[in-house]
Amino acid sequence: MIKIKFTLIFIGLLLFSINGFGSDNNCLNCHLDWESEEGSAAKYARDIHSQKGLGCTECHGGDPSLDDMDDVRDSKGYRGVPNHLEVPDFCARCHADAAYMHEHNPSLPVDQLAKYKTSVHGQRLFARKDKKVANCISCHSVHEIGTGQMPYSSTYPTNLPATCGECHADKEYMAEYDIPTDQLEKYRSSVHGQALLQRGDLGAPACNDCHGNHGAAPPGVASLAAVCGVCHALEAELFAISPHAEAYRENDFPMCETCHSNHDIIKPYDEMIGAVGSAVCTNCHSADDGTIGLSTADSILVSINNLVQAHAQAKRRLNEAIYKGMMTTDEEFLLKEVDQTLIQARTLVHSFNMDSVAPKARAGIAKADTIIANAAGLIDEYYFRRKGLGVATLIITFLAIMLYRKIRKIESR
Amino acid sequence: MNDNNSRRDFLSWLTGLGSLAFLGSIFYPVYKFLIPPESTEAIVSQVKLPFTRSEIEGDEKKAKTFKFGRTLGLIILTGEGELKAMAATCTHLDCTVQHRPDLEIIWCSCHNGRYDLDGKNISGPPPRPLEKYVVNEIKGEIFVSKETT
Amino acid sequence: MDGFQSGPIKNSYKWLDERLKINALIEYMGSKEVPRHSHSIFYYLGGITLFLFIVQVITGILLLMYYRPGADSAYESVKFIVSEVSFGWLIRSIHSWSANLMILAAFFHMFTVFFTRAYRKPRELTWYTGMGLLALSMTFGFSGYLLPWNELAFFATRVGTGMAGAIPVIGDFLMVIMRGGEEVTGATIGRFFGLHVAILPLLTTGLLTMHLIFVQRQGMSEPMHWAGKKREEKKFMKFFPNFLYRDALVWLVALNILALLAVIFPDGISVIHWPLGEKADPFAPPPPVIRPEWYFMFAFQALKMFPPHIWFIEGELFGIIIFGLGGLIWMLIPLLDRGASENKPSKLVMTFGAFVILFIVVMTIVGYLVE
Repeated sequence: MIKIKFTLIFIGLLLFSINGFGSDNNCLNCHLDWESEEGSAAKYARDIHSQKGLGCTECHGGDPSLDDMDDVRDSKGYRGVPNHLEVPDFCARCHADAAYMHEHNPSLPVDQLAKYKTSVHGQRLFARKDKKVANCISCHSVHEIGTGQMPYSSTYPTNLPATCGECHADKEYMAEYDIPTDQLEKYRSSVHGQALLQRGDLGAPACNDCHGNHGAAPPGVASLAAVCGVCHALEAELFAISPHAEAYRENDFPMCETCHSNHDIIKPYDEMIGAVGSAVCTNCHSADDGTIGLSTADSILVSINNLVQAHAQAKRRLNEAIYKGMMTTDEEFLLKEVDQTLIQARTLVHSFNMDSVAPKARAGIAKADTIIANAAGLIDEYYFRRKGLGVATLIITFLAIMLYRKIRKIESR
Repeated sequence: MNDNNSRRDFLSWLTGLGSLAFLGSIFYPVYKFLIPPESTEAIVSQVKLPFTRSEIEGDEKKAKTFKFGRTLGLIILTGEGELKAMAATCTHLDCTVQHRPDLEIIWCSCHNGRYDLDGKNISGPPPRPLEKYVVNEIKGEIFVSKETT
Repeated sequence: MDGFQSGPIKNSYKWLDERLKINALIEYMGSKEVPRHSHSIFYYLGGITLFLFIVQVITGILLLMYYRPGADSAYESVKFIVSEVSFGWLIRSIHSWSANLMILAAFFHMFTVFFTRAYRKPRELTWYTGMGLLALSMTFGFSGYLLPWNELAFFATRVGTGMAGAIPVIGDFLMVIMRGGEEVTGATIGRFFGLHVAILPLLTTGLLTMHLIFVQRQGMSEPMHWAGKKREEKKFMKFFPNFLYRDALVWLVALNILALLAVIFPDGISVIHWPLGEKADPFAPPPPVIRPEWYFMFAFQALKMFPPHIWFIEGELFGIIIFGLGGLIWMLIPLLDRGASENKPSKLVMTFGAFVILFIVVMTIVGYLVE
């Protein structure tokens, strides 16, 4: 009796273990047990492909109902693990197939492989069989691929610079290629890097926003302005009609980068323009170069500095009035307008034309002057109140003395 | 004796004057207090715009900014002749946005952020839409108020 | 009539007397006297409190011309008063200062009456009405504080009404009635406003009238060490006009001090501070330091210092009971200190009074230091 029970239970367990994960993915039966927690099988649950219902064999091929490794290897359609050079084609088997992708995610583009082939990475991998350049899984990872909107994904904007930096910031790895490895470091200290990595501002560009992702290549000299101009549209527009546009094209100077650099773009400061040695203008211009370049630069700087000073003075006076407890909402509003005018004037620098900059600066200074006048009025009011108090005190004190005298008079009788 | 009298009279007169001044220093502020100031009220959930529809039409960008409590507002005239109002501070880095009738968008010149004419952020860095306001035109005057959910 | 000039005043008097027979009353008032002794300076304290109350009524009515109760308009209207209305800043500042000074004066007045045991027979009713007036003043202060609907006031009110909720049995009901709901909202402003400008003034007028009639009817209390002295041994001054002129002088000086404070320190001094600040936002996190007004600080601090549990009773509840008992004893002191009317000295009463003052002062200071 007990023997029968035992046998039945044993058979039941056997059947259960065979059917444990269902017959569609027996791979995980072993691969989950034998690999560590960092292994492919364990990570796969997070992968976008897993979430879309694709199992191991959709990429690696073979028969998922089998549970013996050798049987699987021999089964029809088994593709195994691709080597470094085979990866792009391996992924493109689906991702470049428009009809197939249409069934799973119609909105995803299918041109990644085509773009990749135009990139530096793609060209080196296919033409030179370079095993060190990036392929699909270098950036997207493998078995835990997330989309660019998932915060844990290696291609999420805040993670992306570090992903590129895994190769591009590694001096030893990049030793045989003739390119610098300080871009990541420079980027991290730049305005864009700080905005994206420290403040989490997803509006700031990561590497792919300027370099492209699948067709990654440094923007050409001619197209740089267009790249920066995607966000900095006004500056690009102004520059394009400025005297510099023609000059830069003729001399093949990269626009934007010449003054602002490419990776270590710092927050621009007013003294970048001007006629003194520390200004970027003097890198090309000199006092006797036959253009009005340096003199214009100097005038622009003076104009902007006047506005900056007017703004600072307005702020000081206003703070004085606020500190004295006067109500200053209207003036605070006006000060914000002066802030805005300052931003606009600094943008207009890219026209390199006093006819644009000067009127804007003047308008801002006029507003600042209004604030200063109003603040002075408020401070006068503050002192007026105290004078009024002084007068009232004198009157009351006088009356009090008179009253006191009356009391003495009455009581001396 | 006469000197004493005249001195006493003088002091009485002075005291009388002092008392008048005292009463004046109390009633003058009260009197001024009761006279209503120029802007008679202080509601900040609604504001009457200091300009008319035709003035907005006359503007080259078909838009005007106005003060709404502590924030800046923008009112635009669409191609269909409709007045729309919204907050004028870009949700990215606080620049003041502007109307671009040529592109039929609200545009932020700082980083090329774009909103549709209802204030919804459609392109560029802005992470959130602009707060929408309600516009009411009554007898030629424009009233802008916050949306009541 | 001594001291009255001839002419128009004499004629008006005659006119009134022919119609209202005020002669007897005037003669009675003319014969009133005020004792003069080393502590008679304390007699002015009641008058100062009255003066400050009158200032409150006047400035309060002026503010009423522009103030609008309601969560959407209260703060804005106060800001409007302080920035746009001529002398609005002055009226508001005087109102805030006078409120605080009035309560301070009321406390001083009460303590001097206590220590001179002026509450003894026949003046028990004056004491009881006075205690009522003190409670009304503090309620005036508490309700008025919320009206600007700024951050400061909102959180202080939330904490204050929350403490009322800790009273046993009636606590929750009381809290809901006070707040006009479960939370402090615009509905609370409505209630506090009605309380502040209608209910409390009505009650105060009633109690104050009684209080003043009692004082006028009975005259000022004589010091206890005068008991048994003969008339010739005691010094007096006439109420009309001597004491009145002196009172007027004190009122003038008080007005001047008030004006000085209102102009030089429009938002209060140091920890006793009432800047308009930011509008109340019920969803914002509370500021790191929430303080009740200074005249509640001693109770607030003391309640915080009770341990969470004493025997089986919750600490806060125990504290409220203790306070309740203490308050009751204080209020009923004429009843409990019968020996005073027989001029028996009482170390117990004096010690009790000293303890109460010490407790209030120490707890108030601790309350401000701790935060």
